[in-house]
Amino acid sequence: MHKLPLVIGNRLWQLLPIIVLATFVVFALLHLVPGDPALVLAGDYASDERLAEIRKLYGFDQPLVVQYGLWLLQVVQGDLGRSLLSSQPVLEMILHRLPNTLLIATYALVVAAFVGIPLGVLAAARSGSRLDSFVTSIASLGVALPSFWLAMLLVLHFSLQLRLFPTTGAVYFTTDPLAAIHYATLPSLALAVGVIAELTRQVRSALLEVFNSQYIRTLRAKGLSRTAIVWQHGLRNISVTLLTLLGLQVNRLLSGAVVIEAVFAIPGVGTLVSYSAINKDFPVVQGVVLILVTMVILINLIVDIFSALLDPRVAEAS
Amino acid sequence: MTAEALPAAAARARPSRFARFRRWVRSDPRAVLSIGYLVLLLAFALGAPLIAPYSPIEQNVAKILAPPSWEHWLGTDDLGRDVLSRLIWGAPNSLYASLLAVTVAIVLGVPIGLFIGYIGGWVDQAFSRLIDALLSFPFIVLAIAVTGALGIGLTNAMLSVGFAFAPFLARLVRAQTLVVKNALYVDAARGFGASTFHIIWRHIVPNAIQPVIVQVTLMLAIALLAEASLSFLSLGVQPPAASWGGMLARAYNYIEIAPEQMYTPGIAILLTALAFNALGESMRVALDPTMKRR
Repeated sequence: MHKLPLVIGNRLWQLLPIIVLATFVVFALLHLVPGDPALVLAGDYASDERLAEIRKLYGFDQPLVVQYGLWLLQVVQGDLGRSLLSSQPVLEMILHRLPNTLLIATYALVVAAFVGIPLGVLAAARSGSRLDSFVTSIASLGVALPSFWLAMLLVLHFSLQLRLFPTTGAVYFTTDPLAAIHYATLPSLALAVGVIAELTRQVRSALLEVFNSQYIRTLRAKGLSRTAIVWQHGLRNISVTLLTLLGLQVNRLLSGAVVIEAVFAIPGVGTLVSYSAINKDFPVVQGVVLILVTMVILINLIVDIFSALLDPRVAEAS
Repeated sequence: MTAEALPAAAARARPSRFARFRRWVRSDPRAVLSIGYLVLLLAFALGAPLIAPYSPIEQNVAKILAPPSWEHWLGTDDLGRDVLSRLIWGAPNSLYASLLAVTVAIVLGVPIGLFIGYIGGWVDQAFSRLIDALLSFPFIVLAIAVTGALGIGLTNAMLSVGFAFAPFLARLVRAQTLVVKNALYVDAARGFGASTFHIIWRHIVPNAIQPVIVQVTLMLAIALLAEASLSFLSLGVQPPAASWGGMLARAYNYIEIAPEQMYTPGIAILLTALAFNALGESMRVALDPTMKRR
């Protein structure tokens, strides 16, 4: 157990360059391609002098690495710059919208875990049966289903026809938790289906692998029932895999949320990043990327820590 | 072994092409179905100008959001355009988009993976860090950011998706390369004085390529869904060109008046993604001798 701080320290030290590299890649891409941000700021009819003035003011005339260095220096001080369109501080814009995105992503992850893991266990425990092929087929369908299309169908049936849920919008969880969950239910369900399918497949194949191992055969030979093996040995042995799987889904959920937010007109970071990308509001795009990448990396760190806690072999390996 | 026994043994070992085909159809109906669907889709995509009953952009103001009829099998959209024709014209766009993204991923990812896996050392360390960094992006967000920079449009959107896919392939190829490059037969080839290029091309590539083929097929499905998503967000195909994702975005605006418009483009996306996935899974089983058919 005393190794844990070492694991965390080690991982943190590895994470920093990843965050710097990731943001630099996006920074470089946004700045190297044609399309002058000064034009966006100045409008279509600006004079050349005005453009030069704006470039100087925002530092667009500096070399790329210098610009990135300046941006990073600001970021460390908690300043992500200002939107080119609304001149609002980027950090404020993101923090204002992040809770909505996090709510649907978390909600979806919880639903997915509670449905996907048992389905995977069920399919693995009855592998080869009709139930197994049914679950596996449904999972294949879920992986190929476009989540935004499912979202549209949910809106059509559950909010427009049955009037059970609101069609669009979001409520802050802190303002009114019940209403927030009510609003977030359909988006989260649409988001969860792909993750459920993925989890079901992965849990099933991880469990089948465990079932094929020597000691499980020994347990079977000793007369332990299949159910007992699943719950007492199978799940414990895949707990680290399970945790890693859930961690990997975060990335998928955030990707999915971008599109789902558009369907439900939820003011989250997804709608923010697509609107900003279309309108070439690069500081906002840059800021959203920074925050999301940092979040993904931190969640992976937490997953690693829990893996080390659950499985001494993982701690040893790090 | 006598001279007569030889051809007989060869015939047993190698059944006729037709027999092998029949066995394959029977053993893996899912793959056959997927390939059949994809070939049909490709035919529709290539023959869209001949097959589509109407022009995909011809507007008929007299017939807006018309329900399905003999004249317009799937009805008309909000500008009076024939939905069936737009669906057919969407096929080439969607296939082009998926293939483009995956090609970009292969062109970027495979050589980098081979190179860093083979060369090892600090180059490998540095590139692996970069790959880790890129993999921590939610990939649609990365694709959106890059599309925003390149300028919106189908080709740029799919270049971005390909860019976001490349690190997955690079990591896969790198791992395969690491396994193969230390194999005994590669050492032997090296001992015989084979050049680096020869070793990579004749030994590492053929052995590392199988998982790549599987991954690439599965990626076609993800690319298709990404194209639909980006077109839905109006970052992909630009109007008036037809695309399944774009059709869904338009249909969603009229969800209360003409909900039936939402079904066909969604089903088209679903079936195509399903076919790519099924094909990828079948190839995974077929190419992996250790995997039992379950």
